Amino acid sequence: MEKFTTIRSTAVPLPIENIDTDQIIPARFLKSTTREGFGENLFRDWRYDEKNNPKNNFVLNDLRYEGTILVAGKNFGCGSSREHAAWAIADYGFKVVVSSFFADIFKNNSLNNGILPVEVSDKFLNELFNEINKNNHTQLVVDLENEKITITDTNSSEKFTINQYKKICFLNGYDDIDYLLSLKDDIEKYEKNSNYLALVNKG
Amino acid sequence: MTLFEKIWDAHIVTKIKDGPDVLYIDKHLIHEVTSPQAFAGIEKRGINVFRTKNILATADHNVPTVNQHLPIKDPLSKFQVDKLTENCTKHGIELYGLRHPFQGIVHVIGPELGITLPGMTIVCGDSHTSTHGAFGAIAFGIGTSEVEQVFATQCLLQSKPKTMKIEVNGTLSKGVVSKDIVLYILSKISSSGGSGYFIEFSGDTIKSLSMEARMTICNMSIEMGARGGLIAPDETTFNYINGRQFAPKGEQWEKALEYWKTLHSDAGAKFDKTHTFSASDIEPMITYGTNPGMGIKISDFVPAEISINDPAEKISFNKSLNYMGLQAGAMLLGKKINYVFIGSCTNSRIEDLRMVAEFVKGKRKAGNVHAMIVPGSAQVQKQAIAEGIDKILITAGFELRQPGCSACLGMNEDKVPKGEYCISTSNRNFEGRQGPGARTFLASPLTAAAAAITGEITDVRKMLN
Ligand code: SF4
Repeated sequence: MEKFTTIRSTAVPLPIENIDTDQIIPARFLKSTTREGFGENLFRDWRYDEKNNPKNNFVLNDLRYEGTILVAGKNFGCGSSREHAAWAIADYGFKVVVSSFFADIFKNNSLNNGILPVEVSDKFLNELFNEINKNNHTQLVVDLENEKITITDTNSSEKFTINQYKKICFLNGYDDIDYLLSLKDDIEKYEKNSNYLALVNKG
Repeated sequence: MTLFEKIWDAHIVTKIKDGPDVLYIDKHLIHEVTSPQAFAGIEKRGINVFRTKNILATADHNVPTVNQHLPIKDPLSKFQVDKLTENCTKHGIELYGLRHPFQGIVHVIGPELGITLPGMTIVCGDSHTSTHGAFGAIAFGIGTSEVEQVFATQCLLQSKPKTMKIEVNGTLSKGVVSKDIVLYILSKISSSGGSGYFIEFSGDTIKSLSMEARMTICNMSIEMGARGGLIAPDETTFNYINGRQFAPKGEQWEKALEYWKTLHSDAGAKFDKTHTFSASDIEPMITYGTNPGMGIKISDFVPAEISINDPAEKISFNKSLNYMGLQAGAMLLGKKINYVFIGSCTNSRIEDLRMVAEFVKGKRKAGNVHAMIVPGSAQVQKQAIAEGIDKILITAGFELRQPGCSACLGMNEDKVPKGEYCISTSNRNFEGRQGPGARTFLASPLTAAAAAITGEITDVRKMLN
């Protein structure tokens, strides 16, 4: 994983609630057996019509908006556990998703793929949508070290929280598997001491 | 302590300060869609699968549900299914793939084979892993990076969720089944009402349900945004498990049973949140929108826009109705539908097929309706044939297909055409879930069967004597 420190960028607004992972990447595009190339189909059915022509009213096709920060409505990433949703977001080029709530599995998936989920209050989220709406060049600064997101135009900011373990992983570019592998002895000890495992895992 | 806490604590290998717990996983289920990148991941790291015996694989999402004896037509689907076989062979993992007598939807086969047991931690790269919670297990869906973690170490880094109790008490009325209970709860607490929690379902209504019915409820706990849902094991659970293929036997069974009987929340256990519902308030339910929390009693009206204050919520609500081609305040009863899908890990077990068969026996589907019924596993299919259910369904004009996820997710060949309405017993009514532009009404198998017969959204209670 790449190291993550501070991101400064304009943002892409998507003020819709309960965006599920079927919208982020529809099931028919899950047939690949690699992690690459999903960005093309990010928000496929909102982005393109049946003839694969871009839909002009969708924000990813709106030339006014660009940047590495996606700002979305509450309960982002609900539904299917498909990590392909996180891969699609990363592959498209987003590094941060801001919402007032993230579905659990999506949050883990994005953390495991170097995309920072920034959870803000409903009030701050509204402020973000308003500012971006007023000025599409509005710059946001996401400062992981200080757990702070700032709207540079107005200097309005809010603190966000991230699991401290994950923060260290992000700042240093570590991943969970390296860490877990270092615990092999503990894991084997656990297995030896578990009566239940012996009961239910024959063979 | 709550049941959830008992099981969780028993699986902690070690705790990370200010971080997640290292949780040991007893059973890891895998399928063709979310595993290939995880296999590639461990190979890239040059490590082996740590505990192959704790893993079980099946092919379900991407398989055709007709002519399963022939090669898969779609080359990409075929490649993915073949890749699973290749990976399982290479790593020595048990696979119940296409044409295997145990093949089926991953959340149907675990329980029916006696692999899913009380007190276990169970994960799968699939959000509906919550289904297995019906046995008093901690079961939840994970992403592919986490599948890779479990391959590598049989452990996961997980932060402990909060606990929620949802109690349902009282007697269900005629025509109301477990799917209605869960759609009702969803309509009350919304599709994010369980976020951050692990839910325990309890109360005498829940206790009175069969294992199949309990699985339907736990299956959809993920639709509440919860990490998962579970139900304390009891005699119904033990009777269901006893004698199944891979269930403990003899002395092992006795020992297991002794432990399983300790698996319940202690009197006075503290939950972070509690909801209580009364079974007598529940009617046959149906969804009208594009998330499973947007449900109403079948005789009610679609909500009016003015009942919503939050501007973002209003945009989402209107977008949803627009997609569904419905008016705010409209009535759904009598609305013509051309597609009926009975299947998915929510409602494709033998009990569901029996329920539908009993209802449609001697009736015939409406001419306009395509009615598809898809058993959850090869074993369900075999049982249905043994009981003569297949003949009843076929005589009633239903298309009985072979096991798989089918039209639940619009990934395989089974899809609902653009703009068409489908009453579905699956768990998600998201935009495009059943195919691009498809419009889904979620309901129980009974309500779906009633619609198949009349060709329109129908109150099944009017058709029962
Ligand atoms: S039946 Fe549907 S919800 Fe269940 S595992 Fe298959 S695709 Fe997922």
